[in-house]
Amino acid sequence: MLASVSSAFPAVDQDYLLEARQMQALSFAVHIPLVCFGVAFPAMVIFTEWLGYRTGKAHYTAIAKRWSKVMITLFAAGVVTGTLLSFELGILWPGFMSAFGEVFGLAFGLEGFSFFIEAIFIAIYVYGWDRLSPKRHLLAGIPVMVAGFTGSWMVIAVNAWMNAPSGFDVVNGDVVNVQPWSALFGNGHLWPQLIHMYLAAYIVVGFSIAGVYAFAWLKGRRGPYFRTAMVIPLAIACLAAPTQLLIGDWSARNVAEDQPIKLAAFEGLYKTTEGAPETILGWYEPDGSIKYGIEIPKLLSLLAYHDPNATVQGLDTVPEEDRPPINVVRIAFQTMVGIGTMLVALAAWFLFVFYRKKRIPETKWFYRAVIAAGPAAVVALIAGWVTTEVGRQPWVVYGVMRTEEAVTGAEGIIFGYTALVLVYLVLAGSTFWVLRRIARTPFTPEIAALEEGPGTAGAKGPESGGKAGHDAGS
Amino acid sequence: MPVADVPVLIMLVGIAAYVVLGGADFGSSFWSLTARGKLGGEIREHTHRSMAPVWEANHVWLIFVLVVCWTAYPEVFGSIFSTLWIPLIIACLGIIMRAVSYVVGGVADERGVVILSAISSFITPFALGTVVGAIVSGRVPVGNAQGDLVSSWLNPTSIMIGVMAVTVCAYVAAVYLAGDAKRNGSEEIAEAFRRRGLGAGLVAGAVAAIGIAVMHNDAREIYDGLTSGAGLVAVLASAVAGLATIAFLWMRRYELARFCAAGAVIAVVAGWGIAQSPDILPGLTVSDAAAADNVIIGLLVCIAVGMLILIPSLLLLYGLVLGGRFDPGSDRNTVVETRVGPMTELGGPRPRSVVAVLGVAGVGALMSIAFSSGAPLYIGIAMVLAALAIGCVMLAVTLVTAEESD
Repeated sequence: MLASVSSAFPAVDQDYLLEARQMQALSFAVHIPLVCFGVAFPAMVIFTEWLGYRTGKAHYTAIAKRWSKVMITLFAAGVVTGTLLSFELGILWPGFMSAFGEVFGLAFGLEGFSFFIEAIFIAIYVYGWDRLSPKRHLLAGIPVMVAGFTGSWMVIAVNAWMNAPSGFDVVNGDVVNVQPWSALFGNGHLWPQLIHMYLAAYIVVGFSIAGVYAFAWLKGRRGPYFRTAMVIPLAIACLAAPTQLLIGDWSARNVAEDQPIKLAAFEGLYKTTEGAPETILGWYEPDGSIKYGIEIPKLLSLLAYHDPNATVQGLDTVPEEDRPPINVVRIAFQTMVGIGTMLVALAAWFLFVFYRKKRIPETKWFYRAVIAAGPAAVVALIAGWVTTEVGRQPWVVYGVMRTEEAVTGAEGIIFGYTALVLVYLVLAGSTFWVLRRIARTPFTPEIAALEEGPGTAGAKGPESGGKAGHDAGS
Repeated sequence: MPVADVPVLIMLVGIAAYVVLGGADFGSSFWSLTARGKLGGEIREHTHRSMAPVWEANHVWLIFVLVVCWTAYPEVFGSIFSTLWIPLIIACLGIIMRAVSYVVGGVADERGVVILSAISSFITPFALGTVVGAIVSGRVPVGNAQGDLVSSWLNPTSIMIGVMAVTVCAYVAAVYLAGDAKRNGSEEIAEAFRRRGLGAGLVAGAVAAIGIAVMHNDAREIYDGLTSGAGLVAVLASAVAGLATIAFLWMRRYELARFCAAGAVIAVVAGWGIAQSPDILPGLTVSDAAAADNVIIGLLVCIAVGMLILIPSLLLLYGLVLGGRFDPGSDRNTVVETRVGPMTELGGPRPRSVVAVLGVAGVGALMSIAFSSGAPLYIGIAMVLAALAIGCVMLAVTLVTAEESD
C-alpha cells in the first residue's frame, strides 16, 4: 500500500498546532547550536592536537585535551536532543512521516550511521588520550570530523527536499513513483543550504570558543595557553564569516528561484515589482506596506537576481492562506543578515590589524566584541533557521503538504511541551555547570608554570606583551 | 522472503541490540543507586567507568530502529508515535535526564545525580516496555492518534512488559559489569555484581513467567503465537539461555554469561516477531505497510554499506574498552611513546602562498557571483571553500607562531 498525502491519515482537528510547532522549534533551537559543536569543533581540536604533535609544545596538547572534554560533553547533549527530535517527528507530525517517510527516510538512515561513527570515535578520542599512540590518537579524530559533516549533510538533504520537493508524484492524493535518491541528492537546494550551515557552525563555534578566552584575556590571563586557545578559533571564524556572505547570497538566489513567496516574505514585498528595492528594518503592515523602513532602490532585485532591474514576485501573487507570517520571517532574516554583517566587520577589524601591525588588536573593545560575537552568532544561526522554516509555512513540504495536514490528532501535546521546557532547563543548567567545572580543572604543573610561573612566560614576550596591551586598552 | 519483510528483521535486531547494550546502560544506574556501604563508592565508580565510553554509541541503536521504521513502514511509525506519544515522550525525557546524569556524573559524585540517573533509568525502559506492550496487544490502530491515549499503554500487558524491561536491564547490566570488574582485577566488585546478576536473573525469569500468564488473558493473539510453533521454540530458547546465564554466573564464567544473556534477549525479541507476524499493526500486514520496493532496496543498500563501516568501528571501540585500554592507570603501562612529534618549528606561510590562496578565493568568488547555476558556479564555490580551508590553517599557524616570535 502506498502512503498518500490526503487519504492515509485523514485530516485532524488539532487546537494546538501552534504549540506543536513551538515545541518542535524549541527542540531545534536547543539542538542546532549543539550540532555546531559536533560539526565544527572536532576540526579545531584536531588541528590544535596536530600543532602539539608537530612542535612538541605542551600547551597545544593541553588545549586540545581540555577542548575534547568540552566536545564530548556537548556531543552528549547533542545526542539526546537529537533523539528527541527523531521522536518528535512521529509524535508531532505523524501525517508528514506517514506520507513521506519513504521519500526522505534513507537520508536519516545514513545520518544514523554517521551518528554511530561519531559517537564511537569521539569516545575513542576522548578516552584514548595517553592510551593510544599519539599518531593513532590523532587519526581517531578524523572520523569524528568526517561523520560530523556527513551527518549534517544527510539532515540538510531532508530539509532541502522539504523546501524543493521532488522525486515523487502525487496521483489522486497518493504519493507514488518514489525516487528517494534523486529526491535527496539531486536537489539544487542541498549544496547552498549545507555549506551555509556548515560555515555557520564554524562561525558559531569559532566565536563562542574565542569569546571564552577573550574573557580570560580581559581578566589578565594572557599566557601562551590562553592566547593560542583564543587565536585558533578566532582565525577560523574570521575567515568563515566573510565567506558566508558569498554562500548566503547563493542560498538567497536559490530561494528566489524556487520559493518566490518565501523570498517575498524575507523582504515584506507585497506587490510584484520590477527593480525591487530592499527595505531595511521597519515593520510589515497588513496592507502590504512597510512602516519605518529604510528603502534602498533596486537593491533587492540586484541581490536576488544579480540584476538591478529584475522582477521580484510579490506576496499578492498567492492567496493569503498560502503566505507565511511575514513579520516573523522578515525580522528573523534581517537579524541573521545584520548580525552576519557585524561579524564580518569584526573579522575585518581583526584581519586588518593583524595585516598592518603583525599582532592581534590590543584595545579592550576588540575583546568585548569577541565575547559578544559568540552569543550573537548563535542568535544569527537560530534566526537563520527561523527564516527558512517559518518562511516555508504554511507548508511542511513546500507546495505539497500543509503543516496542519501533518500534525498529530492527539490531545494534550501542551503537557508534553511543558515537560520538555522543564527538562531542557535542567539540561541547560547542568551542561553549563559541567563546562564551568571543566574550565576550573587545575592545569598540569607544566602548563601552570607556562601560564603563571614568573620565570618562564613572564620573562619572554607574550606575558609582558599582553600586559602592555592591557595598559594600552585601559 | 519478500524484500518488504527484511527491514522488520533489521528492526528486531536493532531492538535486541538496544536492549542488550542500552539496557545494560540503564541497568547500571539502578545498581549505582542501590550500592551502599563500604563498596558503594567503588561500585558507582566502576559502573560509570565501564559505561561512559560506550553509552552514546549504545543509544544510537534506538535511533537506528526508528529510522528504519519510518523509512520502510512510514504509516506504522506515524500510527505508533501519535497514539503512544505519552510513554514515548516520557522515555525520551528519561534519556535526556540520563545524559544529564552522565555528563554531571563524569565530574562529580553527587547523590542527587545518582538518584536522577536511577529515576530516568527506571522510567525509560518502563515506558518503552509499555510501548511494546501496546503494539503486541493490538492497541495501536492504524491512523493519526486513533488509539486510546491512556489505556493503549497503561494496561496489563504493557505494564508487565514495562516491568520486565526494567528487570532485564538490571540483569544484563549486572552480568556485563561483573565481567568487566573481573577483567579489571576487582574481584570484590565482580562478586558483588555476580550476586546482583543472580538475583536479577531470577526476578526477570519470574516476571517473564507471570507475563505469559498476563498475556493469556490480555493479549490472546500474541500468547497463542508464543505458545505454539516457532514462537514456542523461541520462548524455550530464551528460557534455556536465561538459565545458562545464571549457571555461568554461578560458575563465574562471565564471558559466557554475557553471551547467554544477550542470547536470551535476542530469542525473546525473535519470539515477538514470530508471534506477531504477518501483522505489524492490527489489520495491517508487514508487506502492506511497506514502502515501495525501490525504497526498501535503497534502505538495505544504505544499511549494508553503513554496517561495513559500523561493525569494525564498534569492534574497535569494544575491543579497546573490554581490552582494558581505557582503564585508569592503563596510560602508565600501555603507551611508552610520549606525545612528542617530529619537533619541527612551524613557520608562517610564504607570501607567495598567501597570494596564491587569495587569488584562488577571488577567482572562485567571482565565478560564483557571475554564474547562477551549472558547473562554473560549483567550481567557483569549491575554489572558495578550498581556499578557506587552507587559509584557516595558514592564518592559525601564523597567529600561533607570531606569539612565540614576539
